[in-house]
Amino acid sequence: MPLFRRSDNGCSALKIVVTVKQVPDPNSTLTLEADNTISREKEVVLDPGDECGVEEGLQLKEAHGGEVVIVSMGPERAKDGLRKGLSMGADRGVLISDPQLAGADALLTARVLAAAIKAEEPDLVICATESYDGSTGMVPPMLAELLGFPQLTFAKKVEIDGSTVKVHRQTADGYQVVEASTPALITVTAAIAEPRYASLKGIMAARSKEIKQVSLGDLGVEKSEPAETIEGVVDAETRKAGEVIEDDGSAVERIVKVLAEAKVI
Amino acid sequence: MPSILVYAELSGGKVAATSLELMTKARELGDVYVVALGSGAKEAAASLGKHGAKVVHVNDDKAFDDYIAEPATDAIASLYEKEKPDLILFGFTPDSREVAGRLAARLGTGLISNANDVVSNSGGFVAKVPYFGGAKVASMKANGKPAIVLVRPKSFEVSESGGAAEVKQLDISVADSSKRAHITERVVEASEKVKLEEARVVISGGRGMGGPQNFPLLEDLASALGGAVGASRAVVDAGWVPYSMQVGQTGKSVRPGVYIAVGISGAMQHTVGMKTSKVIIAINKDAEAPIMKMADLGVVGDALKIVPALTAAVKAKKNG
Repeated sequence: MPLFRRSDNGCSALKIVVTVKQVPDPNSTLTLEADNTISREKEVVLDPGDECGVEEGLQLKEAHGGEVVIVSMGPERAKDGLRKGLSMGADRGVLISDPQLAGADALLTARVLAAAIKAEEPDLVICATESYDGSTGMVPPMLAELLGFPQLTFAKKVEIDGSTVKVHRQTADGYQVVEASTPALITVTAAIAEPRYASLKGIMAARSKEIKQVSLGDLGVEKSEPAETIEGVVDAETRKAGEVIEDDGSAVERIVKVLAEAKVI
Repeated sequence: MPSILVYAELSGGKVAATSLELMTKARELGDVYVVALGSGAKEAAASLGKHGAKVVHVNDDKAFDDYIAEPATDAIASLYEKEKPDLILFGFTPDSREVAGRLAARLGTGLISNANDVVSNSGGFVAKVPYFGGAKVASMKANGKPAIVLVRPKSFEVSESGGAAEVKQLDISVADSSKRAHITERVVEASEKVKLEEARVVISGGRGMGGPQNFPLLEDLASALGGAVGASRAVVDAGWVPYSMQVGQTGKSVRPGVYIAVGISGAMQHTVGMKTSKVIIAINKDAEAPIMKMADLGVVGDALKIVPALTAAVKAKKNG
């Protein structure tokens, strides 16, 4: 039905998928379990970077028409993260949840996300550049490869014109203009858009929005061998504790002394 | 001897410092082969030879410069099929990780990212990966064939070993189907006076600076010391300063003679990018901030008063 995919201005409506996940609250202090894994019992929140991705998805939908679907992989409680995105205004959610996915590495994560996203046949996939907890940013390029999409990364600005997507890609000293045809995957930085607060109306509406739950079997994905086997964990070499002083007016003098000893002045 | 393939990142036709750092480690681990793609690839071979490459596979098609990740992925995947290296090393940099991610997905192998060391171990490779803010280091045995490891910048010192590489043309024509994410324009917004990664003094600001309006205080101190200004992720995300100033796991890794952390609490995200600095000075209102536990000198006080006074004192000492 072409009408279904058309907005009023005559441009093709966009089917947008945004990947999201929950992370330990960045404002809380992380703790380690006895087995040296980071405690997952902490307060978890929707990854702040993903909130920016959802916001950008919503803004593109508002400009071009279409649908925003948010996709997450995680345990049952990841539904809370999806619900947050739905209350911001996303249309529906997909949760990939399976006990076999506990501790999934980047490639397995990308494989299951790719399988779920393929079924949606999106024009655009939006990911955060990297997560707040892992901060390695490895899933998006893997996902782009598995979907067979070009990747437009580190976007601080996104424009869509017909089937062309154009981004300003953040670089060390400025930005690059990068263009590709859709379907495409983009990764966005926190500079892309200020996430909106969910309105009360949005929160109410989110309760009745669909969250489809799928397992590895539903997706036809088999668990792969993890990329790595952890052989051991040791304490990193720590810096020896220095001196802490209260500034009673003499601090500047002390700092100057340290700078002189380090021969930088 | 295991064979190690290093992906040399070229920037402005020159080999990136991070890639030369990888060479130091690669030649410890086995026979070093390098792949260099894009403008300047052939010229880069001489420098790579001096740093220990036996063979440099080059292709200077401009498509490698102008299209994100896909042409390079094609080239390395085809080289992998021919040469079957045991280990492929990438820098953990924005450009390299995009290529590495696509390559790992294409080869169906995994990868290990964010490593700060790699060692040989009974025919395989073990990557040392810092986590929990760098307080812990996990030894991760790579299960993939090939093993793909991304190593953080500044993990190794650049050093020449002498020698010359054999230069081999990598026969690949970049397919149109890989010319997709097209870089059509490059815009330089801010040319840094002193490069953050190369500065001998780095002064970084965090939320404790109170707002972007106070960052010029840090600029003044940096210019008095001939240093550069960095920032924590929190203030970059808040839009106070550009991403190019971010120090930490997702920003730049620095190793200056002196690192001055001003109003930065010392979240793991940040400290992993600066903890190998020779001397660390922290200025913070909170005596309990984690940064105080790793600083050689921690000053509990008001940064907005201390920093200008320090700038004045440094200037006075220089002129005196």
